[in-house]
Amino acid sequence: MNIIVCIKQVPNTTDVRIDPVTNTLIRDGVESVINPFDAYAIEEAVRIKERCSGGKVTVITMGPPQAENALREAISLGCDEGILISDRKFAGSDTWATSYTLSAAIRKIGDYDVILCGKQASDGDTAQVGPGISAHLDIPQVTYVKKIAEISAEKAKVERMTEEGYDVVETPLPCLFTVVKEINTPRMPSLKGMMRAKSAKPLKWTADDLEADASALGLDGSPTRVVKIFTPEPRKGGEMLKGGAEDISKELAELLKDVVI
Amino acid sequence: MDYFITEQQTMIRDLARKIAQEKIKPVAAHYDETEEFAWPIMKILADSDMFGVYLPEAYGGLGGGIMDMCLVTEELSRACGGIALGYGGTGLGALPILLHGSDEQKKKYLPDIAKGKRLAAFCLTEAEAGSDAGSIKTTARKEGDKYILNGTKQWITNAGEAEIYTVIALTDKSKGVRGASAFIVEKGTKGMEFGKKEKKMGIRASATREVIFTDCEVPAANLISREGMGFIVALKTLDTSRPGVAAQAVGIAQGALDCALEYSRTRVQFGQPISSFQAVQHMLADMGTQIEAARALTYSVARMVDAGVKSVSKESAMAKLFASDTAMKVTTDAVQIMGGYGYMRDYPVEKFMRDAKITQIYEGTNQIQRNVIASHMIKETLKK
Amino acid sequence: MPASITILLHKCTGCTLCVKTCPFGAIHMANRKAVIDMAKCTLCGACVPACKFSAIELKKDSGPKKDLSAYKDVWVFCEQKKGVIQSISFELLGEGRKLADKLGVKLAAVILGSGIEAKAEELAHRGADKVYLVDHPALGSYQDDPYTEVLVKLAEEYKPEVILCGATTIGRSLVSRVAIKIGAGLTADCTELDVDLKERLLLQTRPAFGGNIMATIITPNHRPQMATVRHKVMKEAGIDKSRRAEVTSKIYPEEVFKSRTRLVDIVAEIGETVNLSEADIIVSGGRGLGGKEGFAMIAELAKALNGAVGAARSAVDADWISYSHQVGQTGKTVCPKLYIACGISGQIQHLIGMQSSKVIVAINKDPDAPIFKVATYGIVGDVFEIVPALTKEFRRALNK
Repeated sequence: MNIIVCIKQVPNTTDVRIDPVTNTLIRDGVESVINPFDAYAIEEAVRIKERCSGGKVTVITMGPPQAENALREAISLGCDEGILISDRKFAGSDTWATSYTLSAAIRKIGDYDVILCGKQASDGDTAQVGPGISAHLDIPQVTYVKKIAEISAEKAKVERMTEEGYDVVETPLPCLFTVVKEINTPRMPSLKGMMRAKSAKPLKWTADDLEADASALGLDGSPTRVVKIFTPEPRKGGEMLKGGAEDISKELAELLKDVVI
Repeated sequence: MDYFITEQQTMIRDLARKIAQEKIKPVAAHYDETEEFAWPIMKILADSDMFGVYLPEAYGGLGGGIMDMCLVTEELSRACGGIALGYGGTGLGALPILLHGSDEQKKKYLPDIAKGKRLAAFCLTEAEAGSDAGSIKTTARKEGDKYILNGTKQWITNAGEAEIYTVIALTDKSKGVRGASAFIVEKGTKGMEFGKKEKKMGIRASATREVIFTDCEVPAANLISREGMGFIVALKTLDTSRPGVAAQAVGIAQGALDCALEYSRTRVQFGQPISSFQAVQHMLADMGTQIEAARALTYSVARMVDAGVKSVSKESAMAKLFASDTAMKVTTDAVQIMGGYGYMRDYPVEKFMRDAKITQIYEGTNQIQRNVIASHMIKETLKK
Repeated sequence: MPASITILLHKCTGCTLCVKTCPFGAIHMANRKAVIDMAKCTLCGACVPACKFSAIELKKDSGPKKDLSAYKDVWVFCEQKKGVIQSISFELLGEGRKLADKLGVKLAAVILGSGIEAKAEELAHRGADKVYLVDHPALGSYQDDPYTEVLVKLAEEYKPEVILCGATTIGRSLVSRVAIKIGAGLTADCTELDVDLKERLLLQTRPAFGGNIMATIITPNHRPQMATVRHKVMKEAGIDKSRRAEVTSKIYPEEVFKSRTRLVDIVAEIGETVNLSEADIIVSGGRGLGGKEGFAMIAELAKALNGAVGAARSAVDADWISYSHQVGQTGKTVCPKLYIACGISGQIQHLIGMQSSKVIVAINKDPDAPIFKVATYGIVGDVFEIVPALTKEFRRALNK
């Protein structure tokens, strides 16, 4: 079973603060981490490999050179090999161009049965890249997977989370899954894995290494453009209600009269 | 304080800290309350290779030493001294094999211990042989290519949970301590049984039981070293493991100080956080200083062991004595700083205080440690 | 000519304004001049207007402008489950109506399903001028392959200018694939839509970094312009039973409806899964509730208010309540009219998921809890006293 995991390095939201004067994001000292949802994808990939006794987990990321750290961390968590897809030509990629670039890299890897992605990235929140990759590769997809109930060389039966519960979906392989938090509890890294990660040499692919249409990369390959970035008025703390529980309840019921009815 | 630990040791410490914070801390109160053995945590420690940090690479370990083991024990104890003991107790059970075992014995047992597949335990104490370990009564009678063990070991950490036991028993009663020998006994061996689980004041997440041998047949190949070496094996094991107890004490103390410090910053009385009162500040300062001194002594002794210093009896006794007394004092003060809240089970400090107490008692009471220290000091003057 | 960004060194005064503005931390100062780290820069252009000295030059346009005049009309993909049109679709029709009127085009509703002919009328009442309807047994429940194929075929044939879709599980899975297949621009999770009439551009505004920054996004050179829209942000279209729509019922060859995946079962977790994104009122609990029993109390208040029960991650991790209730970064993003946070301290990961709620009430014993910084009304006190009192009061006020 050969599995590809697509991950993204994102700023750690616990560290993201807003400058109260300029009202902009303070990026200084903000640590980069693996997108939280991708951690579940990594864990599930390693579990599938263990379940199917054998195979290879390849982790890929598109990003700046320092995204190599995310690949190393993924290797310390059990992935076998990492590939960094990095080139200045990718700058300004929207989800269309990003999924195109990643699908070109996956085509180059060639031999795969399962592609796993986190359901979305915590900095962009689009949830578009996973389905985008499956569309570019023209393979089936199941999104919001909360359980891989059965998996064999040819097919898988999975549970897809919906607003009301879940769907049970059967799919032939290869297939792309995007996963939600409920699917597993990611393991801790192992010391031996960390040592392996330290000495691992992730492959580095640039635009020239991919058989890709140059006009479909980066900003030029992106249908969308950001025209304005602004900080919303930060939400201000409001009124503090004081008094006994009953008085407060009466006051609040009065204040919320229009909202609750 | 910077102890200039190696890159690998930093990695070990940081991962142990992460496991303690993210996995142990949230469940520490649960295991204290239920007195269950924390198998899910043992699994995490096993999968993360923690059990192998002090074992040679040839046996599946990471090639570190007692210092590495201390770093892990300290970090785990900072979250729960009881759960940390499942780890530490395995180290204690593994040391006789590591220090005195034959290559075959090491090959057979150490890789499983390094992987965390099997836990270990060390069996010395008996009902009438506590501080006076020389009066053990368990016997091992040789019959052909077997030894027949009879007797009852008491208060054995990890008993019932562990699968590999190193047991001290008399092969020649007439010779007293010189007639003791050390054996490896695997769980499941016929004639080996476990007593009921003891109810303890602290370290309640750890398992403590009797180990009862009734005509228990152990292959002669499981004798560690030679007949008559049992006490040397035991003493050397304890000298080597005592920095681990010290590290456990340092961790417990640090855990309690972490809580007290956090609480003192947020608890407001008389219109200000109590950390602004000098009375509290001085207590915190003393606690912090004592912990750092205990840590420095512990690490120094651990490094002596790893450097191969021949006798560390006095120094390891000092580390264990000082760190455990510090743990008792610091945890008591932490409860004091937190007042009524500290006394309640809603906060973890009363547990730290209960957990701290055992470190003054086991692996030699602090009174025995003082005896050891003084006798070494006196001997040293005589030599001059 | 690839896109590029340049600092015009003779104009740069080293004022550092651009450094502070860059949302990606890609600009730093060296020798008192701004330097852009291209490894981090996404060419978003936020720095260009921030520079008071016009020292940053961004070249984005590539190639000649395409003729996009063949594309017209605003489409709304209307989601149905078991034949019931989901409320998000009515919100989109409400918003779509405004956009269509501004652009001077028709509003079309697109609905896929099985046995749904009668739904066209309902969509007309909600403001659709046209309804594109595809009825086939394979479309009864959502499946990626046939839904993608049908929507792609419709869009290719009728060339809409704009396609709106709910940012739901189905919506996000479907249109992400459609956008790739038809080479369209797609913006996720919009909270505000408008049009630039001169260029006929859809101005799509969405939160990023968990709502810490907002971005306005356009699709200058590709059609259709596609967007998914968050639930509960737009106002539902009203019902006007006199309205009629031009209905186009499409029939496609069987192979269009083929699916590689097979839907084996649909499991509704009754009572278990509350549709948090649909709820107008959410009562949420965190670590301060101390255990499962605390959530029983929360459920009482939620029931009194006809609301749903939410939870902070710590409570979910402690197994007090299931994951489907989790609000926040690794859970659901919600924006109800009223969000009552009980015993939730307000970690940033939680705030990300609920700070766009219209009214936030926070109850916590710690006066310094960060949740109070976003609360419309804050109550410092014991949740176990205040929540039952609130339940009683709201029951009385709502005559229950």
